[in-house]
Amino acid sequence: MLQVVIVVVKSIVTATLLLAAFGLMTWIERKVLARFQFRPGPNRLGPAGVMQFMADGLKLALKEEIIPTAADRFVYLLAPLVSLTAALIAFAVIPWGPPIHLLGQVVPMQIGGPNIGVLFVFAITSLGVYGPILGGWASANKYSLLGGLRSTAQIISYELAMGLAVTGVLIAAGSADLNTIVARQYRLWFIVPQIVGFIIYVITMVAETNRTPFDLPEAENELVAGYHTEYTGLKWAMYMMAEYINMITVSALATTLFLGGWHGPLLPPELWFLLKVALFMYFFIWLRATLPRLRYDRLMAFGWKVLLPVALLNTLATAVWVATAQ
Amino acid sequence: MLSQYFPIALYIAIALVITASVLGASRLLGPRKPSPQKQATYECGIVPETTVGPRFSVKFYLVAMLFMIFDVEAVSFYPWAVLMHKLRLFGLMEMVLFVIVLAVGYAYVWKRGGFQWQE
Repeated sequence: MLQVVIVVVKSIVTATLLLAAFGLMTWIERKVLARFQFRPGPNRLGPAGVMQFMADGLKLALKEEIIPTAADRFVYLLAPLVSLTAALIAFAVIPWGPPIHLLGQVVPMQIGGPNIGVLFVFAITSLGVYGPILGGWASANKYSLLGGLRSTAQIISYELAMGLAVTGVLIAAGSADLNTIVARQYRLWFIVPQIVGFIIYVITMVAETNRTPFDLPEAENELVAGYHTEYTGLKWAMYMMAEYINMITVSALATTLFLGGWHGPLLPPELWFLLKVALFMYFFIWLRATLPRLRYDRLMAFGWKVLLPVALLNTLATAVWVATAQ
Repeated sequence: MLSQYFPIALYIAIALVITASVLGASRLLGPRKPSPQKQATYECGIVPETTVGPRFSVKFYLVAMLFMIFDVEAVSFYPWAVLMHKLRLFGLMEMVLFVIVLAVGYAYVWKRGGFQWQE
């Protein structure tokens, strides 16, 4: 019984933290982008404009709900639900600290730790693809449909390279359990032997979350707003939440697989985990401020003709290294 | 086995409740003044002429099919990768053979222009 209560508390805390991190992240992104462009950014509400995201959320919640008459109502409402739920669930298996002792129980700092943690994250993030494709189709709008199709084609193309980039880590760790992978990096982070895998993973994680320079599904000069053109108020916000929470999840997975998870000297492990994830989040904003958008044919060619073979070669090279090492 | 997944199942239920309540909130909180113009399909201000979707490139289907094939192959790498420490040279040889078969299909698709987006 106590264990169930602990799990429920942990679940609510995790979901709330993810949603709060989404809110703060929108403020941080606007503030950092403003710094890149020599302007102040949001600065009216609260110290340094930190309350801006609360005001934005409130405004979105009080907006009128507009469902186009041509839309398929059920699928139209289902799509953002699937998107956000998948984004929230994917984070469940990522360990953000060593287990702690509480009320005579050993409480792991993650929701659940199945021995196929890596596979679980990929399976659930794949479900997130249904958000854009269903939303784009159900809106009955040509821009939405094209945006949804583009988004899906891009995400599934880069998912291949992402999955293969991670096999190097699985070989090096000899396990797909995220806790074991973190434990194996006690002395040496996997970024050192798996630098090629890390670079491929970072490129694909930007493409997976539809961020600049791979934000073609939302190319506003050709597709209005892509798959969420017809979404208003909180339903639009749900797509945004899903995007930012997915960014947090892929960053957290990158931290766990390549940067030693919560391992680090002096500071508490949870803080180390947060710092490493924040590093990736800053990288996302940095890319957005620096790079222009790719052309669509180049994006697809890059995924299939460059990233996929390189990831495969990296896997084989790691296998050769493990097979011949004593 | 079950105890591994029970917390995750509980979390999924809680996540569903949260997302469903966000979806419900948008219905309860906002004003409601529907009008035919407001609920028309967005076409940059022009009255939409067709209700059916536009034609789109058959390439999207091809990408989906190629993804199915290659992703199943990528997933079959996972159990092998986890056991690589034990399989060693035997595992390496098996996987090299597997990758050769994979590479033949990959080269064929490339040659036939499966990865080509511009005519």
